Amino acid sequence: MSLSPKMFELVKSQVSADAIARPSTTLWQDAWRRFKKNYLAMLGLVVLALLVLFSFIGPLFSQFNFYTNNLEALYASPSWIHPFGTDDLGRDIMTRIMYGGRISLEIGLVSVMINLVLGVFYGGISGYFGGRVDNIMMRIIDIIYSVPDLLYVILLMVVLGQGGLWNIMIVLGIVNWMPMARIVRGQILTLREQEYVLAARTLGANTQRLLLKHLIPNTVGPIIVTVALQIPAAIFMEAFLSFIGIGIMPPLASWGSMASAGRLSIPSHPNALLFPSMAIAITMLAFNFVGDGLRDAFDPKMRK
Amino acid sequence: MVKYLIQRIASSFLVLFLVISLTFVLMHAIPGGPFSSEKVLPDAVKANIEERYHLNDPLSKQYVDYLVNIAHFDLGPTFRYAGRSVNDLIQDGMPKTAAVGLLAAIFGIGGGLILGTISALGQNKTPDIVATVFSTIGISVPSFVLATLFQYYLGYKTGWFPPVGWGELKQLVLPSLALSAYPVAQVTRLMRTSMLDVLGQDYIRTARAKGLPGYLIITRHAMRNALLPVITYLGPFFAYILTGNFVVEYVFNIPGIGQFFVTSINNRDYPTIMGITILYCTLLVAFNLLVDIAYTLVDPRIKLTTQKGA
Repeated sequence: MSLSPKMFELVKSQVSADAIARPSTTLWQDAWRRFKKNYLAMLGLVVLALLVLFSFIGPLFSQFNFYTNNLEALYASPSWIHPFGTDDLGRDIMTRIMYGGRISLEIGLVSVMINLVLGVFYGGISGYFGGRVDNIMMRIIDIIYSVPDLLYVILLMVVLGQGGLWNIMIVLGIVNWMPMARIVRGQILTLREQEYVLAARTLGANTQRLLLKHLIPNTVGPIIVTVALQIPAAIFMEAFLSFIGIGIMPPLASWGSMASAGRLSIPSHPNALLFPSMAIAITMLAFNFVGDGLRDAFDPKMRK
Repeated sequence: MVKYLIQRIASSFLVLFLVISLTFVLMHAIPGGPFSSEKVLPDAVKANIEERYHLNDPLSKQYVDYLVNIAHFDLGPTFRYAGRSVNDLIQDGMPKTAAVGLLAAIFGIGGGLILGTISALGQNKTPDIVATVFSTIGISVPSFVLATLFQYYLGYKTGWFPPVGWGELKQLVLPSLALSAYPVAQVTRLMRTSMLDVLGQDYIRTARAKGLPGYLIITRHAMRNALLPVITYLGPFFAYILTGNFVVEYVFNIPGIGQFFVTSINNRDYPTIMGITILYCTLLVAFNLLVDIAYTLVDPRIKLTTQKGA
């Protein structure tokens, strides 16, 4: 057999070997794909959606409102007209839970948004500048952190005067931003030094691309997780404030104030305590499941 | 170590000074004096009251006086309990608060460690599920609801424990249980994950390969390392026990510091609010210092540096 030069020609591949076969998945697609597999987290998400519908659409279908007293139906037991019964002034508990849900969810969302803005700014500046600025800013956080947030909340509520939905939102918002600031700062500090950032820079990525494609997406995960876990904490704290008498004031309803009022009638009419407490517990669970699910979804390394 | 300690103690004092100043400013930023809500008083009476509580002094003088008094451990007079000082209230309330808190801490840490270990050992089996259900309830139900339920069902309905009041040991049980529900849940979760983490390590397999009996592996080898994350939680744990007391003492009608605090909030009794806030902060700052020191004693890998550790 004779060798011909033809036999030594390179075989041309039909497909380019460098091309990426599948479309790349974005951060969100990736996270959602993992999140979907987590049954508890999905359950939490469904429950939250139902809660939002219940609290914001529900009152439209209710023949009662949250403030009208009905002196002929004080402490009614659960029935077709009042599925959860009525409270000490004859107000329909289910309708009050709907309105209370609005307030609780609003408090949770707005106060956490305030946390988010303050925390991301503070943490971002601290992490971006690093060095002495970072040191001083973190020392300030250490100082604030060493006092339980509940004490600040109580002091501020006493100063601002009780009641007032906005007061509660603002106080809870300006008290709880430290964890967020710490997380953002820590992320940015470590990310800056990561080798993949160096690699991207070596490959010619400019600052904008670096920030948008590498640094921010990697900070978003922990931020979202923190938000998801801080919302229930804020709702919980509002319940506590209402209990000690500096939270939501009547006739407005919040789950905390309803439960705390229902406490007194537990021997004869446990439903006045039971249903608002269940609303709190279910919301807490749903948010926590979603938060845990998000953490697993955004940070697969943490996953067991 | 000594240098670190000195720095930590100095910064603790700085924190306390800032807290005192902040509470002072906040309490004096409230429009209207503490007695303005009362029914209209004759001017002479009003002047006398202000004289008595030094409210007619300039603010700067009041501030300096307050600082000096605190340095002498004097938190000033209360506004609502005539003739009693904040110190009296604290002295009255402290033993009760401490007793409930201590028992709750024992329940909390003990229960959490045991539940966490059990659920890690029987991962995804019945004990794990039971422990998870318990810790889920602890996290999702507000403490005042739990306290009320305990009070009614375990105290009043069944008559197992006295539902309210203070005096005998039995009365400590329900408040401490209610107070410890949340920390138990947290410690259980922490202990479960860290125990699972440790049990997967090589040195546990080595110990098993040597033929060490199971309980020795757990107590001697696994427990110790699994405890570390729990120790970091002790600071927030202690803070929770202190502030959670507000609710529990209020529900169970225990005349402790927490109850005084809640009443003084509703009465707008500013010196008491300030005094108890400062007391709690002091306790907490001291406790955090102890936790940091304990941490280094337990885990020799941790080096105390003033750069990062604080």
